[in-house]
Amino acid sequence: MATIAAVIASTHHPFYYRASTSTGADRPPFADEWVAKIERFRETLTKAEPDVLVMVGSDHFHQLWLDNMPQFLIGKAPCYDGNFYNEEREFGLPRMFLRGHEELSAYLLRAGIDSGFDLAFSNELRIDHSITCPLITLRPQADLPIVPIYTNIFAPPLPQPWRFVELGKTIRRLVEAWPSDQRVAIIGTGHLSLELGGPRQFGPHGPDPEFDRKAVEWISSADLDGALAEVSLDSLWLPGNATHGFMDFMLMMGVAGASVQADYVDSLDLFHTMEAYFTWYPKGKSR
Amino acid sequence: MSKYLLDKFLYTIDRDPELVERYRSDPRGTVSWWEAERANIVLNIPEMERSTWLTFTDAEREALATHDYVRLFELGCHNFLLLTLFIALFERDYDEPLAFQREFGARLSHWSVPYPDIST
Repeated sequence: MATIAAVIASTHHPFYYRASTSTGADRPPFADEWVAKIERFRETLTKAEPDVLVMVGSDHFHQLWLDNMPQFLIGKAPCYDGNFYNEEREFGLPRMFLRGHEELSAYLLRAGIDSGFDLAFSNELRIDHSITCPLITLRPQADLPIVPIYTNIFAPPLPQPWRFVELGKTIRRLVEAWPSDQRVAIIGTGHLSLELGGPRQFGPHGPDPEFDRKAVEWISSADLDGALAEVSLDSLWLPGNATHGFMDFMLMMGVAGASVQADYVDSLDLFHTMEAYFTWYPKGKSR
Repeated sequence: MSKYLLDKFLYTIDRDPELVERYRSDPRGTVSWWEAERANIVLNIPEMERSTWLTFTDAEREALATHDYVRLFELGCHNFLLLTLFIALFERDYDEPLAFQREFGARLSHWSVPYPDIST
């Protein structure tokens, strides 16, 4: 059976690439600390020695549109191009190219549907910064095949938070049962409190530091009971109008397993948003 | 209310660099052209199979034609689409990084949750 080499949950800040590559007067004052934290976080994936990456993210109205909007979708393609014109324009993100892992995609689709998730699929998926940003931070050489999984945290009506948790638990169970000798890292990115296109955007901190503090606690201890008791589709509007991306963290808590303490926890209080980084090693820290 | 069509306008303009410039320099003309020629095209099927029923209300058309992002927020446009396109339109006119984004937020400061419903 396959081995889950690491479970990683992270924010995906589209400004990291530009901040980390800028020099001189263009380099923001927080860039050096941010890069140092990312390099330590990257090491947690490197030492897990993965063969394939399952990448959980959310399309930001790039390929998926309101005329035909899936709730949960798995890419099944031999290759994936990455990033879009408007991400180059706003964030300076580079075009990227990733190999896919069709065998694992096909397995997760079949077994996921048979487990009660009527998953959508795509044979030609262009991935956006929710998946390319964690590649830039965690695996910048982009040399491993990926299985992209998209969730709808963006276009109401959304699935309920518990459904994200259940999908995470299902992904964990299915990958562990995959008849393969491959080492799989499952990486998912979301948001803590976040405001986009509203009155609380781009402040000196995230829009709700108290939510962020609680969220880091919930995630680092995979406190699913605590998170599910306080988080609902209605409540997630309160910390910021883009905070439904926290449900991708809840999915990853489901992957990590209820009440399993993360082996690595870090965060960085930036303007506009709190960055947060978590790694679990289900099989211990070394091979 | 045709929130879906407002979002479709923002989405289809935002993904096309030529249309971003056209909407910046001639908002009223671009909105008129788009509503006549593009509003009813279903994005994933041939143009000849277009829809027959999508139009803006007068208030929606006027908000788009005047780049009035406060009014568009109040009409229930998707917050991400609205912010992304308006950054592309106007960020360049400000000297300080994020100055436009902060002005955008300040001009909405009379709002607190619940915000206008973005459901389509």
